[in-house]
Amino acid sequence: MIIRVGRFKMTSGEFTTIAALTILAAFMSLPLIFVVSHALKPIDELFLFPPRFIVRNPTLRNFQDLLIATYSLNVPFIRYIFNSVFVAFCTVVGGVLLASLAAYPLAKHNFPGRNTMFIVVIAALMFTPQVTAIPRYLVVYQLGIIDTYFALVLPNLAIPYALFLMKQFMEQIPAALIESAKIDGATEWTVFWRVVMPLVTPAWATLVIIIFVGTWNDIWAPLVFTRTESMRTLPIALQTLISQGSVARQGAYAAATFIMITPPVVLFTLVQRRVIATMAHSGIKA
Amino acid sequence: MAEVKSGDPGVEAEATTQQRAVAAPKTGLQRLVAQYGVSYAFLLPYMIFFFAFLIIPVGVAIWLSFTYFNMLEPPRVIGWSNYRLLFLEDDIFVLSIRNTLFFAFITGPVSLTASFLLAWFINQIRVRTIYALAFYAPSLTSAIAMAVVWRIVFSGDRYGYMNYFLMRMGFIQEPFLWLIDQRTMLPVIMFVMLWMSMGNNFLVFLAGLQTVNTELYEAGKVDGIAHPLQEMWYITLPSMKPQVLFGVINAVVLMFSAGFEISLSLAGLPSPLYAAHMILSHLYDYAFIRFEMGYAAAIAVILFIITFGVGQGALRLLSTKDE
Repeated sequence: MIIRVGRFKMTSGEFTTIAALTILAAFMSLPLIFVVSHALKPIDELFLFPPRFIVRNPTLRNFQDLLIATYSLNVPFIRYIFNSVFVAFCTVVGGVLLASLAAYPLAKHNFPGRNTMFIVVIAALMFTPQVTAIPRYLVVYQLGIIDTYFALVLPNLAIPYALFLMKQFMEQIPAALIESAKIDGATEWTVFWRVVMPLVTPAWATLVIIIFVGTWNDIWAPLVFTRTESMRTLPIALQTLISQGSVARQGAYAAATFIMITPPVVLFTLVQRRVIATMAHSGIKA
Repeated sequence: MAEVKSGDPGVEAEATTQQRAVAAPKTGLQRLVAQYGVSYAFLLPYMIFFFAFLIIPVGVAIWLSFTYFNMLEPPRVIGWSNYRLLFLEDDIFVLSIRNTLFFAFITGPVSLTASFLLAWFINQIRVRTIYALAFYAPSLTSAIAMAVVWRIVFSGDRYGYMNYFLMRMGFIQEPFLWLIDQRTMLPVIMFVMLWMSMGNNFLVFLAGLQTVNTELYEAGKVDGIAHPLQEMWYITLPSMKPQVLFGVINAVVLMFSAGFEISLSLAGLPSPLYAAHMILSHLYDYAFIRFEMGYAAAIAVILFIITFGVGQGALRLLSTKDE
């Protein structure tokens, strides 16, 4: 059976699938829509009972409160935003670079110890990072970098998941391409930057989003590795706002939630196609 | 070429000499040696951080778990006593294991199946991007941030959306304390987890579906596979085994670590009657609130063994299943 919707034709099966998926997608989007709407609510709507789902008189007042009148937090809120952005940026750049550098020989060179190394990396996919929290803390403590940006970045640079995805993706590059570049006199270093990296843009776009989201949302590293309020990141600031639970803060809290959630979603929307292209090569052959 | 020469330590040179001495003429030897050096040089930066912050810490954690260590005095080896205390005396730890396993063994398989089915359905239709975004976006959010919504949805008064809805529909007469009652705390956390778990696995499956060889479907039709569900079970799933294996590993790791954050943001630490206490909550409590590092290390080691064991077990189960 063929159903016509405007100028689109579809089978009844496809129609049912689309209808079901639309309902589910709408349902799953509700919490996110609520966050956006909540952040725009003026103070009287925030305390309305029963809570109204969609804002009636949207205002940017909450953001103003959050950014300017942070009278009772010790540090201006903008500092948390800066910390989060800065830490995420450094981790993304370092993480993508380290993973790409290491993935290249694992994918394209033949050298003693290659298989062993890759097996270790696969095994490390199964490490929950929190398991190593205590010794990591000791390492960071011994290095004397507790409560610095180094403590938030350095321990999170070697990401097995990133190395794995990058290596799988690089394997798709034809060996002939690399060979011909070498015949033309390119060093390995030039091959890596001029031939390999341009070909794996989907993969590093994917790593950028995955590492960014992981760092941006990470609560564990700032909880464990920082002491002073001025070194903490957004999730911790939010957690503090929650636990204070004061009435006056509801607006600021709603705005902070919005700021916390938006960047990852926007970033992903921009690189969605590339992410899916990368994931196509992600399987483990066992 | 200076780059190449700087990165060839003697150890690799020896290994190369043994392997290649027969095959390669002496003049080419140096070039080959240099090539291996480059490979190691590329790996070096990653490996430094990998060993410093992942591999060595796992070893150190195992050693610390046999010590008493409070960060003030040097660690003192005390044998198995941390483990004995954990399993025999620490009822809250046993409870946290039960909570974590219950959480992981339900949300893990449900999340994997849902991710696969959603990806499969999306792959049947032509407009994919917007649906992929709608299902994936929740996984991009921070559990801490989303607490603002869940606290209103599951609020204990009659105006919480859940209570309001259920009372309107006549399922309950009185408002229910979803986040305080010990019977519902964990299920609520699991619900939130499922909402935000259509993450990378969902994308892995979505991408994997696009790589399945379409000739297989044609061949399947000839062999009498009629229903799309049959097609999914007999053709799609076996072709996607590598993606499924990868997905399983991700799911295991996620389920044993993610519950803590949601629990922290919705039920607090400690949660009422410890009903939402996770292994990681216990670890965090002992390591970074009480600074009993030895004891906490033992908790970490047990979590490590459970995660690794479940991961390996699931991999073995799936990779032998259809051979």
